[in-house]
Amino acid sequence: MKNTIRRILPSVQKPARYTGGEYNEIIKDPEQVRVRVAYCFPDTYEIGMSNLGMRILYGVMNEMDGVWCERVFAPWGDMEEAMREHNVPLWALESQSPVKDFDMIAFTIGYEMCYTNILNMLRLSDVPLHSKDRKGLKNIVFAGGVCAFNPEPLADFIDFFSLGEGEEITVEILSLYDRAKAQDWTKEQFLLEVSKIDGVYVPSFYEPVYNADGTISQIKRSNDAPAVVRKRIVEDLDSAYFPTKMIVPSTEIVHDRANLEVFRGCIRGCRFCQAGFSCRPVRRKSPEVLYKQAIETLEDSGHNEMTLSSLSTSDYRGLRDLTDALIPYCEQTKVNLSVPSLRADNFSKELMERLQSLRKSSLTFAPEAGTQRLRDVINKNLTEEEILSSCANAFSGGWNSVKLYFMLGLPTETDEDVLGIAELVYKVINTWKDCAVNKKRGLRVHVATAYFVPKPHTPFQWEAQISPEEYLRRCKLLKDHFYSKSIVYNYHTPAISRLEAVTARGDRRLGPVIENAMLNGARLDGWDEYFDESAWLKAFETCNLDPVFYTTRGFGEDEILPWDVIDVGVTKQFLLRERRQAYAEKVTPDCRHGCSGCGANALLQEVKCDA
Amino acid sequence: MLRLLFEKTGRAVWISHLDLMRLFQRAFKRADLPLTHTQGFNPRPSVSIAMPLSVGVESKCELLDFELDGVCPGTDEICTRLNEKLVEGVRVLKVYAQGEKIKNLAYLQCTLQLVYDTAVPDDAICAIENLFAAPELLVVKKTKNGPVEQNIIPLIKSAKIARADAQTVTIDAMICCQNPSLNPMQMVAAIQRHIPDCAPNEVKCIRQEIYSINNEVFR
Repeated sequence: MKNTIRRILPSVQKPARYTGGEYNEIIKDPEQVRVRVAYCFPDTYEIGMSNLGMRILYGVMNEMDGVWCERVFAPWGDMEEAMREHNVPLWALESQSPVKDFDMIAFTIGYEMCYTNILNMLRLSDVPLHSKDRKGLKNIVFAGGVCAFNPEPLADFIDFFSLGEGEEITVEILSLYDRAKAQDWTKEQFLLEVSKIDGVYVPSFYEPVYNADGTISQIKRSNDAPAVVRKRIVEDLDSAYFPTKMIVPSTEIVHDRANLEVFRGCIRGCRFCQAGFSCRPVRRKSPEVLYKQAIETLEDSGHNEMTLSSLSTSDYRGLRDLTDALIPYCEQTKVNLSVPSLRADNFSKELMERLQSLRKSSLTFAPEAGTQRLRDVINKNLTEEEILSSCANAFSGGWNSVKLYFMLGLPTETDEDVLGIAELVYKVINTWKDCAVNKKRGLRVHVATAYFVPKPHTPFQWEAQISPEEYLRRCKLLKDHFYSKSIVYNYHTPAISRLEAVTARGDRRLGPVIENAMLNGARLDGWDEYFDESAWLKAFETCNLDPVFYTTRGFGEDEILPWDVIDVGVTKQFLLRERRQAYAEKVTPDCRHGCSGCGANALLQEVKCDA
Repeated sequence: MLRLLFEKTGRAVWISHLDLMRLFQRAFKRADLPLTHTQGFNPRPSVSIAMPLSVGVESKCELLDFELDGVCPGTDEICTRLNEKLVEGVRVLKVYAQGEKIKNLAYLQCTLQLVYDTAVPDDAICAIENLFAAPELLVVKKTKNGPVEQNIIPLIKSAKIARADAQTVTIDAMICCQNPSLNPMQMVAAIQRHIPDCAPNEVKCIRQEIYSINNEVFR
């Protein structure tokens, strides 16, 4: 270990997150590799190591001959301070080499509130922030992840974006870079060639022109760049790379367990949900392959917990076969199997009972809205009856705590809808009174409301966000109608969600704002202990940009949207149709009850959509 | 109850005590050596480490007690299988079918390396020797009820001070490690407090060996 790093470790919290050296970490001989990639996650080690996408791509890159991919995470505040004090630039965990020594710097971006972390990490690495200031092939910065589906706020800083699932495209990108480096290309030459890979978006080849009112009038293109860049997907998940030799962190992380992804895509179509639309089409993985990978992963990692993950695990067709095989294995090896996001159907109830013999999990519902009318608007096909009958089941089975998640500020929401939340909560309390087997321990109903953030590539992508004042008024209205001591009510503070709305639907004029906010000290914005709204408000003022343009204004249907250049599979016509359905308070059945023609099946050539 | 002796060096010294327990539990599982579990609402694998090691401290003499479920392989085989599944810096040196009672553990032999960026101050050796030769040496000990003054001299059986090179002083000490125990870093705290001119820029602490109340190597 480098002396400089060793010396600052005693002064920081949880030093093990900065040292690497975990089980299954990949070490290669730097003399024997041709391309070194610093794979950065713009949040802490504990969050980043819980990210399955990062683990997959770490494996994919390191499987390549001549490539060594290493991990980099955002330092916590105390470490950042120590690094500055001792002049230690940001390093990668495996070799402890400074990030600026790497050929390529990759970011995985899953959350808008980590944009300042990206810039701060580049700054801590002594790498120029702006793409145009990084000359040559060294330190090519590229990024992927769900936030890349609106790449515009980061266009000034990232050389190119890799859109969609990374298993195949990352190999193509790195192979091209390998060739470019061997043949000593210029950066311009490399960007030109990389832009020809399907799924690659090079922002410098596009130039938005704005109208006087701030909307986009046209997007100028150069270098024969495609008008629309379509995201990449893996068609056959059974044969796709899956890392069964996962790094096992030596220090506790957020999701400290094995993670088995059972399928991709979602059949539900909740109209507020970005993942539900942008991760389509639905592709299944066979229970046989999953079972094999589960056993391999558990045996190799020594984990005593495994989660079956996806956007909606109850909708996995092979769930019965898979759990029939896995539960006996887990019981025998004392592995706790968790199945999050189960829906309130019959099979799930039976499954919950079987899992309960392993360990009691928590009971959580996300009705999102308080009235059936509003749940129809957002296409959340969860009825009050389903919620109450599941609660009745759980309460009679001994549960005495339930979590309920809602959003405030959804399109068409009225005070009646807000009060509908209170009514639903009281019905849950009454259900407990009727069904509880042991009332001595009392009931806890945790209610949480989030501030609705309209996201790109959803039917609500044009919607206005309500103002923070209005959001707080609705929170208070709700709070004033919670009389029972059983209710614990938490609501998100509006500042972060407002900023999230700005960055989610931002255009290139956000770039200077993000940079300014970072220079004003903004970083780790997703963490309450670090979030500093004033750093951002000052930045908006300096850059003469009004956040309202991206929040309460709403976007016109005929407006050119900043993310129109990105195609995630679902068509704009479909999203518009869904928006009309929302305003007509009409639900769209899930994909299994009839295809609604979202368009994402056009991404498939070898297989059919498995909705 | 089986016992193993392990060392913790290199990058692994930054792993905390709780994380190390978890790390061993997973290594046992990976090595297909199922641990017995505690009874109760939340069954936990039964491993325990004799003396928690502070983060950043290296050790060549850590003891971990464990119990295996079912057929028990030979001690050498357990050692080999675990080492195949452990991380860099954590290495099992030997496995014992039985161990001495922990209550007989009494002394720790440890080394403190004091590193000075420019050079070892001229009179540092002498000053440090005098410090530990005095009848009383007070340091501040953090306790649940707030900081208290503690005289550490009765807890130090011996301390040999030597200059290792132009920038390093080593202290080889034998100290009490149970009822009451002394954290060797308190010896550095004493230097920082009483002879600040001799305060080092960096300290490396190594646990070398542990001894029983009869002054024999403890296993």
